[in-house]
Amino acid sequence: MNRTGLHVDWTRCDGRGLCVELLPDLLGRDEWGYPLPHRSTPGRLLTEVPPGSVADAEQAVALCPLLALTLTTEAAT
Amino acid sequence: MNEALWAAGRASGVTALALLTASVVLGVLNRSGRPLPGLPRFSIALVHRDVALAATAFVGVHVLTLLFDPLARLSVTDLLMPFAGAFRPFWQGLGTVAFDVLLAVVVTALLRHRLGLRTYRTVHWLVYAMWPVAFLHAVGNGTDARTSWFLEVAAVSLIAVTIAVVWRLSAWFVESSHARQELR
Repeated sequence: MNRTGLHVDWTRCDGRGLCVELLPDLLGRDEWGYPLPHRSTPGRLLTEVPPGSVADAEQAVALCPLLALTLTTEAAT
Repeated sequence: MNEALWAAGRASGVTALALLTASVVLGVLNRSGRPLPGLPRFSIALVHRDVALAATAFVGVHVLTLLFDPLARLSVTDLLMPFAGAFRPFWQGLGTVAFDVLLAVVVTALLRHRLGLRTYRTVHWLVYAMWPVAFLHAVGNGTDARTSWFLEVAAVSLIAVTIAVVWRLSAWFVESSHARQELR
């Protein structure tokens, strides 16, 4: 099973909120509108996307107005 | 057949104006980052895309029907080169300009993930110039431009886009404007 990670390019993100709507289980919003992972792993920049949310994450990547999101997959060890 | 082409050419032109107007308003709303009741932000983005593509399809019908219509006396070069037409060349040329810009906007928007944000956004800004050009083409070139139903469509379109642009330029346009400006 591959692990999928969501990466936010903070130099691009403008906090428009589309990703938070599509991934409410993964992301919340701070008071300025920027997405905030509910759970973050110390030392890791990626937010882990559970298998059931991968399709929604792909939608978020496709629809992000600032093209700030990317998905990465890595083989589970 | 010619009657049908002529009627379809005019009807699709007016429909395209209305859909382009809706697309501009939806695009501005999309840029604000604000959802509507029952329509989340990502839906507004998708509706904006679909209305814009529908507008482009109607522009395509408008151009193709009039290309084959003898009354319009449109040639293939008129689709790409403005101001060389046979019938009201200036006003028709505005339509050519808007058509070519629209094609560029649609192609760059669909390929934005490949082209990158800068190219996509620069071309997308041209819409603010394209819409008035298309509007002037409709009012100046259309043979229905003096009828009351057309003037009503044109007036509503002009008011809608004007309101959208004024809102766009206001200080509190973006959803989080208040939160972000408090810290200054």
